[in-house]
Amino acid sequence: MTSNGTNNGTSHHAQGDTATWTVKAGLAQMLKGGVIMDVTDAEQAVIAQEAGACAVMALERVPSDIRKEGGVARMSHVKKIKEIQAAVSIPVMAKARIGHFVEAQILEALGIDYIDESEVLTMADEVNHIDKHQFKAPFVCGARNLGEALRRISEGAAMIRTKGEAGTGDIVEAVRHMRSIQGEIRRIQSLRDDEVFIAAKDLQVPIDLLREVKRLGKLPVVNFSAGGVATPADAALMMQLGAEGVFVGSGIFKSGLNEPTEAARRKVQGQMAAAIVKAVTHFNDPKILAEVSAEIPDEAMRGISTAQMKPEELLAGRGN
Amino acid sequence: MPSTSAPASLPTSSVTPALRIGVLALQGDFAEHIVMLQECGVEAVEVRTEAQLAEVDGLILPGGESTTIARLLIAFGLMAPLRARLHEGLPAWGTCAGAILLAKTVTNLDRPPLAVMDITVERNAFGRQLDSFEADLDIKGVPGEPLRAIFIRAPIILSVGEGVEVLAALPDGEIVAARQGNLLATSFHPELTHDRRVHELFVRVVEAARRTTTG
Repeated sequence: MTSNGTNNGTSHHAQGDTATWTVKAGLAQMLKGGVIMDVTDAEQAVIAQEAGACAVMALERVPSDIRKEGGVARMSHVKKIKEIQAAVSIPVMAKARIGHFVEAQILEALGIDYIDESEVLTMADEVNHIDKHQFKAPFVCGARNLGEALRRISEGAAMIRTKGEAGTGDIVEAVRHMRSIQGEIRRIQSLRDDEVFIAAKDLQVPIDLLREVKRLGKLPVVNFSAGGVATPADAALMMQLGAEGVFVGSGIFKSGLNEPTEAARRKVQGQMAAAIVKAVTHFNDPKILAEVSAEIPDEAMRGISTAQMKPEELLAGRGN
Repeated sequence: MPSTSAPASLPTSSVTPALRIGVLALQGDFAEHIVMLQECGVEAVEVRTEAQLAEVDGLILPGGESTTIARLLIAFGLMAPLRARLHEGLPAWGTCAGAILLAKTVTNLDRPPLAVMDITVERNAFGRQLDSFEADLDIKGVPGEPLRAIFIRAPIILSVGEGVEVLAALPDGEIVAARQGNLLATSFHPELTHDRRVHELFVRVVEAARRTTTG
């Protein structure tokens, strides 16, 4: 038990069925219209919660540092995760490597609220993803297109995020992936029922999931945007394109780096975070977006253009 | 386009405008509530501004992250006008995070809630997501078979004040639904199911309140 963090059910116990599909997908529904922020330690988690994040994502290094420093990117240190859990009362997510089901087992044992099987970390298995149905904790996975999204859902993902290109501050890939998924959904809706079989074959996805997409006109789970969001305008753009919420990584804790002191840097990072939260709420109101955009620090994340990167530097191709 | 006003031959005086119920749409699962309300046959609107708030006959505060919604209520200057409307008797129903915001007292919320309903609420009372669950629940005012109640990192109502009616409790005794006049609070999420009975109950509360104020 901690003073600020979630209690661990010592006084009240679940009275019913836990870890059902409704309960797993349901937490993602509660996060909608919100911003999930990457954090590497408790101090950043507190800044994120204070700014209005609806959840935090624990990871070892923010993507732009993974990009710069190279090496193997793994699950966060367990001590860091526990410190983050103790510091905030909002849901705490954490990243595991693609296919690394033992990292996922450890995260579940820690009581992580959502596990992100993430292409941002180094892959542990270049063939198989984690069998996510075997876990009580829900999973979110990245996707570039409808085929990837439905394959992850068939493996047990209860939430999807478009991949974008993490750690770049360049929104172009996030836009590409969101338009791809939304466009493919519209195409599926236009098919006759007897044409869905061949579409499932082409997309390499289960026919039942594709029929559900045709019926719903959307993915059967919540779909956020991720990878390259660096400003309130970027976040609102993704919402207008159909994202149900936004993940922000390096865009917050790599902003304001020219500030003279650590305290000043933290302050402007908090302002950036709060401005993105407000922009996601009022994503359709340009007047409010203009006001909110005036509140952000002069120095947004510098970023790198994905068009100038070599194909092997792109993370989004991992795990298709 | 021709004029949209009603032809003179219609007895307009007896036509009651459709019930308009808002859903606070700052963050959370407001879209699910909108769909349920539409299925109940009322006009459902997203509420993000004071102007939108002024035009609704009732308001649902959805599930979501209570710390986030509380900050956005403050940041956009909605706390005071919303509290004022609730004090005037605007019917409201809070699900999960929404129930937390309606409560007079909340343990472990770092912003003051709306504090309009005489209940004490504990956030995340069962623990983390792994302790989220679903169960069949009998609810006073909801006749028929038990409702499938979805509890997600759910709060509980630790105690209720005078004039607050307990509508549902779990087998261990935790209060998970209550009503005080035109205010409803549930720890669980009927909007995540296809069972409209709690939404229909709220629509009846809103209907009755409008009859009282206009009649």
